[in-house]
Amino acid sequence: MEVTETTAIDHGLKKEEFHKICELLKRVPNITELAIFSAMWNEHCSYKSSRLHLKKMNTKGTKVIQGPGENAGVIDIGDDHAIVFKIESHNHPSFIEPYQGAATGVGGIMRDVFTMGARPIANLNSIHFGSPQHQKTKNLLRGVVKGIGGYGNCIGVPTIGGQTLFDDSYNGNILVNAMTVGLVNKNKIFYSKAAGINKPVIYVGSKTGRDGIHGASMASATFDDKIEEKKPTVQVGDPFTEKLLLEACLELMADNSIIAIQDMGAAGLTSSSVEMASKGKLGIELDLSKVPCREDGMTPYEIMLSESQERMLIVLENGKEDKAKKIFDKWNLDFAVIGKTTDSKKIELVFENKKVAEIPIDLLSENAPLYDRKWKKTKLPQKLKLEKQNFKSLKLNDCLLKILKNPNIADKEWIWEQYDHTVMGDTIQKPGGDAGVVRVHGTQKAIAASIDSSASYCFAHPLTGGKQIVCESWRNLISVGAQPIAITNCLNFGNPEKEKNMGEFVECVEGITEASKYLDFPIVSGNVSFYNETNDKGIKPTPTIGGVGLITNYENMITMDFKEEGNITLVIGKTEGHLDQSVFVKEILNEKKGPPPEINLFNEKNNGETVLNLIDQKLIVSCHDISLGGILVAVAKMSIKGNKGLKINSLKGLQNKFEYFFSEDQGRYIVEIKKINLEKVVKILNENSVHFDELGTITKDQITFDSEVNFTVEDLSKAYKTWLKNYILN
Amino acid sequence: MKSSVIIFPGSNCDRDMDVALKKFGFKNQMVWHNDPSIPKSDLIVLPGGFSYGDYLRCGSIASKSKIIKPVIDFANKGGLVLGVCNGFQILTETGLLPGILQQNKFLNFICKNIFVKIKDKENKYFKNIKKDILELHIAHNEGNYFCSEGELKSLEDNNQIAVTYCNENGEDNDQNNPNGAIKNIAGIFNKNKNVLGMMPHPERMIDSYLSGEDGSLFFENLISNFN
Repeated sequence: MEVTETTAIDHGLKKEEFHKICELLKRVPNITELAIFSAMWNEHCSYKSSRLHLKKMNTKGTKVIQGPGENAGVIDIGDDHAIVFKIESHNHPSFIEPYQGAATGVGGIMRDVFTMGARPIANLNSIHFGSPQHQKTKNLLRGVVKGIGGYGNCIGVPTIGGQTLFDDSYNGNILVNAMTVGLVNKNKIFYSKAAGINKPVIYVGSKTGRDGIHGASMASATFDDKIEEKKPTVQVGDPFTEKLLLEACLELMADNSIIAIQDMGAAGLTSSSVEMASKGKLGIELDLSKVPCREDGMTPYEIMLSESQERMLIVLENGKEDKAKKIFDKWNLDFAVIGKTTDSKKIELVFENKKVAEIPIDLLSENAPLYDRKWKKTKLPQKLKLEKQNFKSLKLNDCLLKILKNPNIADKEWIWEQYDHTVMGDTIQKPGGDAGVVRVHGTQKAIAASIDSSASYCFAHPLTGGKQIVCESWRNLISVGAQPIAITNCLNFGNPEKEKNMGEFVECVEGITEASKYLDFPIVSGNVSFYNETNDKGIKPTPTIGGVGLITNYENMITMDFKEEGNITLVIGKTEGHLDQSVFVKEILNEKKGPPPEINLFNEKNNGETVLNLIDQKLIVSCHDISLGGILVAVAKMSIKGNKGLKINSLKGLQNKFEYFFSEDQGRYIVEIKKINLEKVVKILNENSVHFDELGTITKDQITFDSEVNFTVEDLSKAYKTWLKNYILN
Repeated sequence: MKSSVIIFPGSNCDRDMDVALKKFGFKNQMVWHNDPSIPKSDLIVLPGGFSYGDYLRCGSIASKSKIIKPVIDFANKGGLVLGVCNGFQILTETGLLPGILQQNKFLNFICKNIFVKIKDKENKYFKNIKKDILELHIAHNEGNYFCSEGELKSLEDNNQIAVTYCNENGEDNDQNNPNGAIKNIAGIFNKNKNVLGMMPHPERMIDSYLSGEDGSLFFENLISNFN
C-alpha cells in the first residue's frame, strides 16, 4: 500500500507533520512505519500541546523518589516502604463502550503501578457524566460503574474512594479517571529504561488481537455523530489474566532478572518498545512473527497498533529466560522472546524474515512535534450582585433539603457498594468519607488517598480553580489525620487547538503548580486528555487531582461522623460568605455566573497544619472539610454518618444566614472536640492565628438552628440517600 | 491446629484468609491448585475470589481442578472444609453442598456489612459461639442461593441451614435479604456438618479498625472447638 498525504491524515496526522516525517526519514514511510509515527506523534502519547507547560510543574520534594516520566510516581513513606501511584483517563473509550472503556481504564492504571514492582493496595476513580436528564446518562453511569467494579473486584484490589459528578458539559464526552496506589519496597523499584546491548526482549501476558487498534489516535481526536462507529477501537478487558500477570510479574521481580519493564498501554507494542529504547538511548530489534497472536493473519501494522490488554514488555538479563518462562508457564501466560536490544538507536522490525520497518528512535521521541499553542487568558468574572430580595422568600430548611438532593451532593452509596472496598483486609476508611484509608499491611502505618475535581470553579476562573483542587485534596487528607505528601493529576480538557481551551489548560496548570509549591505537595505523575469535545462543544476544564498522605499510626485516624452527644463543634477558618459558583446559587437561585471562591494559600496552609497538629495531639474526635454545599451540608453529612444531631448556636452579628451556611469559602473544616478540651484547642488556634467559630453542640438526633432549621437525622438521611437510587431504578 | 488454604488462579481472598487463620492460632499453609495432594490438615479452606476468572458459572472450572479430588476425599472422610464466597460457589459446583448461587436479585455486585443469624450450633463451626447474630461482610455478584423444593426440605429437616441474612435483631425476612437468596440463606452445611459454605467473609471482620470484629468470634470459636 502506497503511503500518501491522505493516508497520513486518515491516521490522525496533520499535513505538515507528514511532510516533517518524510523530511526526517529522507523518504516516504511505509504503512507500518506511518502507523508507528501516528501512534507516537498523537497527542495522547507525545503530549505535543501540553509538554511545554507541564515542564513548569512542581515535581520535586524531599519525599519524591520518582517524578513524572515513568510509568507512575513514587514517594517515600519511611522505613523501606514507598508508594507508587498515578491517575489516568479513559474518557473517549468509556463514552463509546462504557463497560469495557471503564474496565480497561482500571486495568491500565493498575498495570502502570505493578510494572514498577508495587502491589496495588487501593483504587480510586473520578467519573463525570452529562445532565441526569440527558438520554445517555443513565446507561453510561450504569455501564461505567459496572466496568470499574467488574475489573477491580476481580483483581481483588479495594476501591476505597471516588467522586461522581454531573454537568451538561459532559453530555457528549463523559470522563472516567482511574487512580491506583501501590506499595513497594524502596530498594526494589523497577523502571522502564532499557540498558545493555543484546539483552533479550520478552513479551508476556495475553495474546495480541485486533482490538484497540487506533485507540490512542481515537483518544486524540474530537467526536461527532458517527462516534458509535469507533467501537472497534475500544479494548476489551480480561481482569483474570491481569490478576495472573500481576502475580507472575511480582514473582519474577523478587530477584534480579529484570532490567526494564513497561506495560503495553496506549499504542501497545509501539510505544512500549520505543519508550524503553529511547530512555536507554539504545536500539531495539523485534521479530513480529514471534509475537503471540490471538488471530491468524495479523499484519505487522496490526500487531504494532493493537491495544490488546494485559501485556508487558520486559528486557531481561541474559540467561534468565528459562527461569522467567517457568514463572509465566506456572501462571498460564504467554511468554515469548521477540527481540533484543541493539546499539543502532533504531527500532527495527522484522516479519517473516523481511525487514518491515526501520526508524531512528529519536525521530519518534525527541523529534516528535512540540506545539506552543496560542491561548487566551480568562478574566475573573464580576461578582454577583445578590440583593436582600433574592433571599426574601427562602427558608433555610427547604434550601438544605433541596441541596441534599442535588445530584452532585447526594449520597453515592449505590455506586461504591458495587465496588469491593474491603478485600485485602486493610481498609480502615471506606468510600464516603473525606479520603479512603488503607493500612500498610502488617505495620502501624496507613495511606490516605483522595480524588477531587471542581470543573465549575475551573470554568469560571481556571487559575483559581486549579489552585482550589490542590487545596481541596490537601484538606481531604488532613481531615482523616494524614500528612499530605504528593499528588497525581489527570488533566481533562477540550480541543487545545482552540485558544479558549488551551488558555483553560495553561491557567489551570499554573494554578495547580502555584498551590502545589506553596503547600509542598509535589506532582509526581499524571496524564493529559485533550479533545474531550463533540460537535464543536467541549467539556468544562476538569483537572482531577489524586492526593496521597501518610498516617504514621492508624489508630489516630479520624472519621467525619459525629461521635458523642454534648461534644462541641467548631468551624475552623473564616466564613466570608462567598456564594458565587456555590451549589446554593446554582440550585436555589439558578445563577451560574460569578467568580469561584478565592484561595488564600497562607490561610489554607496555616489552617490545615493547625488542624493536623490538633489531631496529632488527640484533641479532635471527628473532622470534615467544608466543600460543596457549605457548612450546613457538611453538618448534615456528619450527622447522618454519626446518627447524631447538632444544636447550632445563634450567631451574633450575622448579616446573611444563607451566606454563612451555604457559602463555599475555602480553607475551612468542621471539627468535633470534647468539652474538656475546648480551652486547650482555643489556645492552640489563637496561638496560630487561626480563625474559628463555635458552631454548636452535638445532640441525640435533632439538627436545629434557632427556629429556622429543625430536622431529625432521619429526615436528612432520607433526603440525602434517595436521589441516586430513585434515579437509577426509575 | 493445621489448616490449608487452596489458591486457585484468580483467588483473591487467599492472603486475607491466611492472615485471619494465623491470627487465631492456626498453623496455616497455602496450597497451589495444581498440587497433587494436600498436606496433613485439620481444616481446608476454599477462599473467595474469581477462580479461573469465573467467566463460566462461578466455581465451575475450579470444581474440576486437580486439587479438588483430594478436597472431596478429605470431606468424605469427615474433614472440615470451609468455603467462603467463591469457595461456597465451588463447593456447590463439586456437589459437596446442594443448590447453586445465582446472580444477585438486583443484578449488581454488593459490598457491605450485613447481619446473619446462626441457625444451628450442633456443629464444629458454631458450637459454643457467644453470639446468635453476627455482623459480617459480603462482597459478591452471585450470592443468591437457590435449590429445589426437595433440597430445601432436606436442608431444613437435617438442620443444614447454617446462617441466614437478618437485621441486627435477628429478623430474617425479605427486607433483610441483600441478594434474593431463598429463605435468606447465607450459608449451609452438608449432611454431616463438616462442610460449611457461606457467602459472608468472616476474615474481613477481624479487628475493630476493619468493618467489625464478629469475624474474630467465628475464628476464635472454631479453633477452640478443635482443642
